[in-house]
Amino acid sequence: MTSEARPAVLTLRKRKRPGEAVIKALLFVAAALSILTTVGIVFELGNEALLFFRSQEASLAEFLSSTHWQPAILDFGIWPLVLATMTTSVTAMIVALPVGLATAIYLSEYATPRIRGIIKPILEILAGIPTVVYGYFALTFMTPLLRSFLGVGVVEIFNTASAGIVVGILIIPLVSSMSEDALHAVPMSLREASYGLGATKLETSLRVVLPAALSGITAAFVVSISRAIGETMVVAIAAGAGPKNFTFGEDSLFGYILNPFVAGETMTGHIVRISGGDLSYNSIDYNSIFAIGLALFVITLSLNILSRRFVARFREVYE
Amino acid sequence: MTTVGATDLSEGMSLDLNLPVGTKAEADSGPAAMETLYLNVFYGGFRAIKDADLSFADKQITALIGPSGCGKSTLLRTLNRMNDLVPGARVEGEVRFQGQNIFDSAVDPVELRRRVGMVFQKPNPFPKSIYQNVAWGARINGFKENLDDLVEHSLVQAALWDEVKDKLDESGYSLSGGQQQRLCIARAIAVKPEIILMDEPTSALDPVATLRIEELIQDLKVNYTIIIVTHNMQQAARASDHTVFINMDSNRAGYVVESGATGTLFTKPVRQETEDYITGRFG
Amino acid sequence: MTSTGRPPTEEMSSEQSNDLLSASSQMGRRRRRGTIVKFGLLAALMVAIAALVTLIITVLNSSFGLVAVDTNQRPSDLVASLGYPAGTELGDLGKDDLVTLLEGNISTNLGRRFEREQRFFDNRLVFEDPYVLNDLCMSGEPPPACSLSARSQSDVVALVVERVVEPTVVGTWSFLSSTFNRDEIEAVAAEKYPEAVLEYRSWLSWNFVTSPQSPEPALAGIRTALLGSLWVVLVTLLFSFPIGVGAAIYLEEYARENRLNAILQTNINNLAGVPSIVYGMLGLAIFVRTLEVITSGSFLGSGNEATANGRTIISAGLTLGLLILPIIIINAQEAIRAVPGSLRQAGMALGSTKWQTVRSHVLPNALSGILTGTILAVARALGETAPLVVVGASTFITTDPTGPFSKFTVLPIQIYQWTSRPQDEFRNIAAAAIVVLLVLLLTLNAAAVLLRNRYSRRAA
Repeated sequence: MTSEARPAVLTLRKRKRPGEAVIKALLFVAAALSILTTVGIVFELGNEALLFFRSQEASLAEFLSSTHWQPAILDFGIWPLVLATMTTSVTAMIVALPVGLATAIYLSEYATPRIRGIIKPILEILAGIPTVVYGYFALTFMTPLLRSFLGVGVVEIFNTASAGIVVGILIIPLVSSMSEDALHAVPMSLREASYGLGATKLETSLRVVLPAALSGITAAFVVSISRAIGETMVVAIAAGAGPKNFTFGEDSLFGYILNPFVAGETMTGHIVRISGGDLSYNSIDYNSIFAIGLALFVITLSLNILSRRFVARFREVYE
Repeated sequence: MTTVGATDLSEGMSLDLNLPVGTKAEADSGPAAMETLYLNVFYGGFRAIKDADLSFADKQITALIGPSGCGKSTLLRTLNRMNDLVPGARVEGEVRFQGQNIFDSAVDPVELRRRVGMVFQKPNPFPKSIYQNVAWGARINGFKENLDDLVEHSLVQAALWDEVKDKLDESGYSLSGGQQQRLCIARAIAVKPEIILMDEPTSALDPVATLRIEELIQDLKVNYTIIIVTHNMQQAARASDHTVFINMDSNRAGYVVESGATGTLFTKPVRQETEDYITGRFG
Repeated sequence: MTSTGRPPTEEMSSEQSNDLLSASSQMGRRRRRGTIVKFGLLAALMVAIAALVTLIITVLNSSFGLVAVDTNQRPSDLVASLGYPAGTELGDLGKDDLVTLLEGNISTNLGRRFEREQRFFDNRLVFEDPYVLNDLCMSGEPPPACSLSARSQSDVVALVVERVVEPTVVGTWSFLSSTFNRDEIEAVAAEKYPEAVLEYRSWLSWNFVTSPQSPEPALAGIRTALLGSLWVVLVTLLFSFPIGVGAAIYLEEYARENRLNAILQTNINNLAGVPSIVYGMLGLAIFVRTLEVITSGSFLGSGNEATANGRTIISAGLTLGLLILPIIIINAQEAIRAVPGSLRQAGMALGSTKWQTVRSHVLPNALSGILTGTILAVARALGETAPLVVVGASTFITTDPTGPFSKFTVLPIQIYQWTSRPQDEFRNIAAAAIVVLLVLLLTLNAAAVLLRNRYSRRAA
């Protein structure tokens, strides 16, 4: 039957399918657009930052060395902003690391499927709440809480500690989910070997599984630091509304410079505050936030790349 | 043929290929639907098929047998260039179909696959209705006539029509494994191929379903050239007209040991290797 | 392992029996330590849960509660001035009476302005001179009143409240203290705000959702911001969905393993980790500034050339589009990867082209996974604040957005603005706006979960 239905001339000659080529080209363009995004980021940040460093008012040396950021009198030293960023990020990690890691260990090694079914959605909700809401939470709950515990004289209304703690809460889901993935990747046989030697569940979890998952957990960590550094709204709302300028020798190291309970503006917080006003293009202020943005981009990108190195390492071992 | 073997004298195992072991010389095989000439298939640096010279008789059933991992499936997938989809796959030599080398740059692999259909080891119907499963291939190949007739005709040919005619709108997954495989055969038939390649089509099925497929294959040979990979000696012996025995050399490259009429190959194999394999004294 | 003549098992058991007691006490210690640590882990977990619960309580606590409202003129006095019995409310009055109240309490100039916006009556004018309005309607730019029908009774009630009653919230209390310390609050309110009326107020109300922005927290609403959010997300989706899915298809189905494609993949992974504010700066530099002619809409000749700038919905939407693009791509890649290879092979073996196979088999089967990922990405875009601050959302805007070239604000920006205000009342409306935002996001997430469950059921 089929033989009659076949066309008389049989040919395998390559057919022209321009549609296929066009579609493939379009899809490639879609994928390549992401490269353009990166190029755009690097070019725009770099270009504006270059204008900033080349201007008479600022210089790269000052940017990297001065401990004062006072655009009004043309002081452009990034250290006050970096210091505040480090304070909030370190505070955040102090909260997020133990809680996130403990949650991951509990979920991976102890929790029954039913408990996991309850906890995982809660963590997902926590991860899905917009950062501006966390900012509100920091200002209206965490700050009053700190002030009532430590005294209103100790804790300023805007302070890096409150913002840092809340940033920590908001990255708990990130730490726990990445760490849990790392713990999951540890083969069952390793756990069985440990039980076979008479180890308890705790000993197995902490002495066998945890070290085996270390590079994955480190990766989770590094990514979380990057996230904390790039986090914006919480610090913009709760950390401070002006750079914490300082002078070594004059300002008390622990009472002011490193004190998390005083106000301090982070890199991201500063960008938001400056660009939220009516910022005119081609002003030194406009260019300066791009210099900060470039620094932020370089720091977070390096951390993310570092993190992926760690992930690649544990994948290499177990997959 | 002989010249091919001569080039490989250095490789020891190939020495025997100079012996007259059937293949194209087979008198009763009639015209060839497809031939392979000095075919080598590589995955990256690994050679999976070595110097295969074969001829597949038109409107007959040819079985490919051999130990697992010997490259039977690779050889089969080379015949309709499904191997193109595997990254790193590379081919040397020729496969001639309709007088053309299918690896010629002018050959359209899509059109080739339309005309050299394939049925896979595990039934893989599309997650669509039974009707759509059969109709899809024809539709994308620009079939302009009555689709209902085509679907019915294909399902009748695949001996599935009576079982599904009242539920053509149900999902292909609602069928049993054996029915799914016949659906896949109907699907392959619907695009009017000349050759149907079958890669261990019954290995995932129960004996009853296997029997039905084997009967179906016999019916199909009236219209189609069928090349079937099987690791079941009984199946090859019962269900095929010709058999090709493929074995692995010390580098795990598959080579053709012997090919010929099934009756002859199973009862009076030329090579000791073949006899060892089919009598289970292998390995 | 030397032979001692005795069966080894016996030896072992006899040795162990000596240590059995001490071994068991050591074992008990190890067990106890395990239990303690387990509860420690559980406690850490509870911290995370407690944080979420506290956050939600904090927000809800501020969304409802007692307020002390001071008024310029009490509604009861106004009603009485017209001769109605006590207990009549402003809303019960007819339009004539309400307009009479307006006539007596606002300046003629203000009245004219309202009347030019929208007339009070179809058949007569109250403040405006008919000839003047006629002239205006004949002019090149007729005021809205020329084409609109008269204000409804409820519109006029709102005007009377806003302009005559002029309620101002002078004190607010949270829900919890309102519930448990009512007496104390009443005492404080009576002392501090003797003129004010203490009333229970739900900051979250239908009125709140449908009113435009206002400098007066008691009257402010989120309509402008809500519409802005929807417009921005629409642009974001239209931009990033096709491109994201296209990129995912390319990377999963077409890309060969070469250097270029490895770079593409790494680049996408890296972009997913770039802080959102950096995207805001990119958007500011590219969409707002460089492409101003397009994003301001002036290339269409629409809008006022003088005030048009690139701080529009389309700039915001495209910026967020770039931001969620890597998320959509990565999610879509996962969904496409989950489609079994056997389907692709079956398609190809029938002589279909790559695209035919992708369109007919791969995409339909990956669709719910792709949509789930997209919904989650859109939820992310809906909650983003920082990049839009940088792109330049308007800080105070009362007109609804009408298209992609409108100036805009969005819900998170509104929340940010209100949270940053020093007055307590703004905290209350910020909280109410947060509730609305969270409900929106929860709805989206629930939709994603439902979709995912349906998908996994079908796959099983």
